[in-house]
Amino acid sequence: MDFGLSQDQEMLCDAISRTLADTCPLDHVRECAEGSVPFSDNVRSALGEIGIWGMMVPEQHDGLGMTMLDAAAVAEQLGYAVAPVPFIGAHVLAPLALAQGGSEELKAHWLPRIAKGEAQIAVAIAETVEIRDRAGVDFDGAKLDGTALFALDFLEADAFLVADTAGRMHFVAGDAAGLEKVALKTIDRTRSVGELRFSGVAGEALADDGGATVRRLRDAGRVLLAADSLGAGQAMIEKAVDYAGQREQFGRVIGSFQAVKHMCAEMAARHEPCRSLVWYAAHAFDATPDEASLVACHAKSHTGEVHRFVARTSTEVHGGMGFTDLLGLHFWFKRIGFDRQVLGSPEAVRAEAAALQGWTQVA
Amino acid sequence: MDLDYGPQYDAFREEVRQFLQTHGHRAPDGQGRAARPSPEAVEWQKLLILHGYTARTIPKEYGGYGAEPDILKSRIIAEEFSRAGIPAGLANQGISMLVPTLLELGTEAQKQQWIEPTLNGEIIWCQGYSEPGAGSDLAALKTSARVENGDFVINGQKIWTSTAKQADMIFCLVRTEPDAPKHGGISYLIFSMDTPGIEVRPLKTMTGHAEFNETFFTDVRVPLDQIVGQRGQGWYVANATLGHERGMLGDPDALENRLQALVRLMQKERIGQGCAMDNAVLRDRLVALQAEVAAMKFNGMRILSNSLRGDAGGMAKLVVKLQSCELAHQISALAIDAMGEMGILYHGSEREREDGAWQWNYMFQLGLIIGGGTAQIQKNIIAERGLEMPREPKFATPPAVEQATAVASGQNKGAA
Repeated sequence: MDFGLSQDQEMLCDAISRTLADTCPLDHVRECAEGSVPFSDNVRSALGEIGIWGMMVPEQHDGLGMTMLDAAAVAEQLGYAVAPVPFIGAHVLAPLALAQGGSEELKAHWLPRIAKGEAQIAVAIAETVEIRDRAGVDFDGAKLDGTALFALDFLEADAFLVADTAGRMHFVAGDAAGLEKVALKTIDRTRSVGELRFSGVAGEALADDGGATVRRLRDAGRVLLAADSLGAGQAMIEKAVDYAGQREQFGRVIGSFQAVKHMCAEMAARHEPCRSLVWYAAHAFDATPDEASLVACHAKSHTGEVHRFVARTSTEVHGGMGFTDLLGLHFWFKRIGFDRQVLGSPEAVRAEAAALQGWTQVA
Repeated sequence: MDLDYGPQYDAFREEVRQFLQTHGHRAPDGQGRAARPSPEAVEWQKLLILHGYTARTIPKEYGGYGAEPDILKSRIIAEEFSRAGIPAGLANQGISMLVPTLLELGTEAQKQQWIEPTLNGEIIWCQGYSEPGAGSDLAALKTSARVENGDFVINGQKIWTSTAKQADMIFCLVRTEPDAPKHGGISYLIFSMDTPGIEVRPLKTMTGHAEFNETFFTDVRVPLDQIVGQRGQGWYVANATLGHERGMLGDPDALENRLQALVRLMQKERIGQGCAMDNAVLRDRLVALQAEVAAMKFNGMRILSNSLRGDAGGMAKLVVKLQSCELAHQISALAIDAMGEMGILYHGSEREREDGAWQWNYMFQLGLIIGGGTAQIQKNIIAERGLEMPREPKFATPPAVEQATAVASGQNKGAA
């Protein structure tokens, strides 16, 4: 019995954490966030040396074939450092989708490139959670028409994987005729999402498995967004505690006042159990697929709620400084805001969890 | 991540299941809140000790089973009894608090005299710690014990003494050294509740029931040797067993069981043509609580796993009391809301649901949030021990506590 990260996983976390501490200080994050494309070449190549870009690519395609718990451990570190690199879409969902439903040609061409960090495929499945602004992509058996919002890891993508309204995934080349790409600007400038407009675009349909692949992608995405928010939340708590231990008012450090101390304690008390929930959800993705969707929902919705509280409370502990751009605390605040909304805000995800358990009359 | 306990433990689990199948029918109906166990409960307790399913690690010579501590086996026992809905032996303050204290710091004579009958449910204890003026600040307690003609003579008042009405004995913190610093002037005494001068008055709570008592002491005479540890060491004695696993695993699935009961209620409770579960707002709250219960369940697995590695538990453990009590309270709150107007029925009313259990829980669980270290004290602990934030400016801790530790560990060696 061993609940938690293995020694190997902890070593991986340490390696990433050290690399990010060296290559991804706040100044660098700020520089990337203020640029036209947020992704940092330095951080990408440094993390590439650890091998994380191919962690979810199967071994026969030059990847490491690692588990979702490994990926969650990485996502947590990236969230902790608000690292401006593509990950959830391009390095987890894309290889998962290709491995599960891609043709041999697609796999052979793209998976090794993803593993090397040489190719980036953005993934658009937002409409399988909720249709907003009448978005949605129709597939008539040959061509794709319609709009897909919130493609993850969008800017500089070489290609796209997009879900149609029937829940089937399609591969679309970045330069496909009839494809229009529009970047969306979000609160979180360490990530990139965008909109895909299709008019009679010829793609390559992945295997029609009745929505099974999309379901897996949604579960994986939710677990990893939860893991990212876990890391960002951890960083915000540590920053609040540090700040409260240094800032003096009324002749005392403010961390010695119960009002401030209790804010920190409440953050920690709500945050700490999230760690076990995220780990379990990641483990269930591989070990107990029957419950994977439900626990992924729980991890996503619960960390969404807890870390909204953490983001806001940590900012308040920092007082006026927390509100400034100067301190940069807002990068974590916004990262958490992104993690909460993408692939279903808590209410949407909970409605899905209820339906999964047969608690909803009209599914 | 490896959630298997291993083949050796699977065999043990099978053994426990066999036992429950064979003997489960002999278990008393529910543990109940009765302080004094029924003859069936006492028989059941003895059977459990015989098989090592309770008092498992307490040495045989004191009436226990005498097994080596094994966290996973204890956990399996708790899981299987919970799953079968069968009471896992007596869980009173004598067993959970006094017995570990005597094992660690009692004299050989005290261990021989008190542990076995306590385990067997023949002696019921109550705890005399809190006072009207000493709650969160327990060390401010004022109940005095002066020495007179070879006895302690006790005067004062205790509060929150649950089971004081039924108890045979009390373990009680009193001030024996009025001139010593706060923490260094306390002693831990054990004496009979039949001693002249003790008066117990029921303390009715907001639930409408008297789950607690106030206990008054007027010139209560207790022989000098009915002390655990030395004079002035009572604070240490009372705290000595707090850091240990006290075998108080309780019901590991308690929150999940409450949540399942809430799910059943919401599916059963009719609103118009449908049921409470059809209401999207109530359902959303239910799923939110379900996610939180899951988080606490996995947090518990993490603590268990940590303790297998000899890790004290850290932040994961520090947050449990605060989060679990609040969550239990929120589960009851949603149940009442799901019942709508029916939610106010109580006192055995017509149309009352489940004997008013949800209202009773809702109120009593507020008591649990306050008792056993208030939510505010829990937050201090999380901040100061878990996050290493600066302590409240307060009076210095007296050196007596350190001395007591040294003396007591010496005494412990002598007893072993």
